[in-house]
Order: sequence, then C-alpha cells, then structure tokens
Amino acid sequence: MCLAIPVQIEQIHDEFSAIANIGGLKKEINIALVDDLQVGDYVILHVGFALKKLDEEEALRTLALFAEMGIDVPAELASDAELPGTGEVVS
Amino acid sequence: MKYVDEFRDGELARLLAATIAAEVQPGRTYHLMEFCGGHTHAIFRYGLPDLLPANIRLIHGAGCPVCVLPIARLDMAMALAKHPDVILCTYGDMLRVPGSGRTSLLKIRAEGNDVRMVYSPADCIRIAQQNPDKQVVFFAIGFETTTPPTAVVIEQASRLQLPNLSVFCNHVLTPAAMHGILDTRSSGEAVRIDGFIGPAYVSTVIGSDPYEPFPAQYGTPVVIAGFEPLDVLQAVLMLVRQLNDGRCEVENEFTRAVTHSGNHKAKAVVEQVFELRDTFEWRGLGFMPNSALQIREQYRALDAEYRFAGLLQQHADQLSRLPQDNKACECPQVLRGLKNPRDCKLFDNPCTPDNPLGSCMVSSEGACAAYYQYGRVKDRIPAVTVAPTVTEA
Ligand code: SF4
Repeated sequence: MCLAIPVQIEQIHDEFSAIANIGGLKKEINIALVDDLQVGDYVILHVGFALKKLDEEEALRTLALFAEMGIDVPAELASDAELPGTGEVVS
Repeated sequence: MKYVDEFRDGELARLLAATIAAEVQPGRTYHLMEFCGGHTHAIFRYGLPDLLPANIRLIHGAGCPVCVLPIARLDMAMALAKHPDVILCTYGDMLRVPGSGRTSLLKIRAEGNDVRMVYSPADCIRIAQQNPDKQVVFFAIGFETTTPPTAVVIEQASRLQLPNLSVFCNHVLTPAAMHGILDTRSSGEAVRIDGFIGPAYVSTVIGSDPYEPFPAQYGTPVVIAGFEPLDVLQAVLMLVRQLNDGRCEVENEFTRAVTHSGNHKAKAVVEQVFELRDTFEWRGLGFMPNSALQIREQYRALDAEYRFAGLLQQHADQLSRLPQDNKACECPQVLRGLKNPRDCKLFDNPCTPDNPLGSCMVSSEGACAAYYQYGRVKDRIPAVTVAPTVTEA
C-alpha cells in the first residue's frame, strides 16, 4: 500500500479534483494536498491523492549525476566478468 | 513512463554498481538500513543485492506500515468490524494480516461482517453517504504519506457533518521509529547500522530536515533516496562516500520530490486534525513515546476510539483470553533488522503470502514477502551468486 507512482495531470476540475493519466488509464484523483498544479505536471500519487509535484529540472540533474558516475568508472571494471547481475534491471 | 523508466536503466545500474565496487574499502563492511517498505520491495524486485559488492549489507527496517501495526490494534479493528451496524473500511493489505485467535479481517468478512477494501480513504465518504443507516469506520494505518489523505477526509467529513463516519487512527511517525531502532541498538541488542537509506515518499511530506538529529545525535548518516533502482544504488554510493570520507550528514538523492521542509499544505492539514499520542505500540519495537498521532479534540466526534469506547473496552476485557501472536514468528526481530526472514523457521513452510502467519509476509513491502517473492531461490549469502534477476511485467 506504500507504493506510490508518478502520474500526469490531464485535466483540473477544481482545487480538490483532477483527472490523471495513470499508465494510459484516466482516473479521478484528489489534489487537495498540492498547490499550483497545472495540466501536464507530474505528481506522486498515493491512495488516490496527489502528494507532491515532481520537479523536472531536479530529475534531469539526478539523471546527469548518474551518467557522470558511469564515466568515472575505469573501463576494465565496467566490463569485469565477475561482477554479478549483468545489467538486467528491467521494469 | 516518465520519471520511471529512466531511473531503471540497466546499463547505468551496472555502472553505478561498478563505481560502488571500486570505492568500497576492502576489509570494511557497510551496514545500511533502508527504512521504507518501498525500498525493500525495489531492492528485491531488481535484484540489487546481486549487483552490489559483498561488503555492502542491506538491512531491512521497520518501514512497512502493515508490518509494524501491533496485533492489539488489529484486534480492536476486528472487534469494530464484528459490530452489526459497522462497515469497516481499510486498505487491502490489512485484510490478510493474522490477528489474535487465528483470525483476520478477511475471515471475519467471510463470516458475514461488512468489511470493505478501499483504494483511497476518500471512498469512505461516499460509502457513508450511501449507507446512512450504518456506521462507517475507516481503519487508518500508515506513515506520513498516508496521514495527509486521512486528515483531508476527516476535515471534509467534519464540514459535511457526516454523522455516520469515524476514523480508527493508527498513523505513526517514521523518525520516531528510526530513533527506536537506534535506541534498541544502544540498549545492547546489537544491530549495526552505519547509515540509513532515508524513505522516499515519507520525505516528500516531511522534508529532509527531520533527519538532522540522526547524524548529530547518533553519528548515523542519512541519504534520502527515490524508489527506483538507480535511486537506491546512488544512495548506497553516497553513503559509502560519506563513510569513507568520515563525513556524517543528511543528503538528499530524491531532489525531484523532496525539499528541506517538505509539503507545507500536507503538513498543515495534518497539524490541524492530529496531535501527538503520548505513547503507541509498534510491532517489534514495543511502546514508544510520541511515535504516533491521534485525532484532536476538535474532531473527536469523528474518532472511532471515542465513538465506540464502550465496545472497545468490552473487547479489551475479552481479549486476554485469546491466544496471542504466533510465538515462532520472528517479525519483531525482522522489523528491528536483527534477523533475516530466512532465519524464521516458518518462512516458506508454512508461512507464505497466501497463508501469512505474521504481518511481514502480507504486504509486498514486508521483508518476508519480498524475500519470498524475489529472493527465495537464491543462496543464503547475497551478492556472491549470479542468479538471474527476477523481473516483473
Ligand atoms: S516468515 Fe512468517 S512467521 Fe516468519 S517472521 Fe516472517 S511473517 Fe513471521
């Protein structure tokens, strides 16, 4: 029940309710807990409530940080056959 | 899906893991506790222990809300559910948790009582409006993520003057439980924790500031991490770097959703509706002061503990005669990070997600359920086997 997911706001009815796109499904969600939402924003959805708006700039910054990490790695380590789990992090 | 797929990139995960492997100091072990059921789930779902070097030990903490609710509170909910006028509403996971006397809300429902699973607490308002001759009770559980929605519903029910809705409040506080775990550590029961992977969604609400006492008081660093596998790996790397550098601070990996002070609107409605409870029992951690919330006096008309005080008292008197928790269940030790689910004699046989004997086997965020679902076939020592990573559609 703790599992929460990022969803995109498609339509805003009033300060309480909006329609969100949840992996292709449209669903009414409660937005009473988040200020200044706009259509197109992404929010974290939990038990039917938007909990927090996701910050796109920060997301890109975090991703850039990951990429940097990769570049720092000596090539021989990255290809070390003894490293377990060869990248099968799949959704 | 945006904000999801890019944080699950397999190639980057491998590179991050390689960086971690390159930076850990040989001969040193890093005991890192994740304090969030969502992290426990992600760690197993993506096989992260297999990606990490053997000297990174991931310990699972008491971050699953279903797991930490003590049997006594579940028994109270079951007593409410048995009242012929009551419709008891709660989140799906709660229905299967075994209570005293080998029963559960699911079994009580099968006996003809009206127990309903809700997806959102807002559903309770509709159910109350549709059933004016019934008493609708919302059995509210959860950490700081689930509390604001409950607060909104209480506030709304109060404004609507709904006479037949009440809330049985069991909301608990994450930092209090982290203190509790570190305090049991100092009281002699040794679970070594070198750093915390701080919770993702709880922190979106409370912010990163409430974790400042952990470096200051206990010398334990905290890195708040998002839920996706790359987030968790990055947080592990950040903790390793802090420990290697001799730094000890609160860092935030989940900046796309977590700020210093959190979600003000959510905190305000929680503050308006709830106040601290003097003490509250946690499974595994016992009674801890100021670790949970209760409904403020102003909203007492909506507090099930007041509305059904007589019934709950009667139940408390009867309860002493029922058999208690399954004695062999190691949930309390699992929740404190003292034992691994596989150390429990009941794990896998007979305790399974279909037949849970303890709360940690119920929710997918529970450590036992996560081990069962994703880690069962693996070797006892993680990170030395190259088992195929279990994936899920
Ligand atoms: S395996 Fe089952 S009985 Fe054992 S600790 Fe986990 S939930 Fe309890």
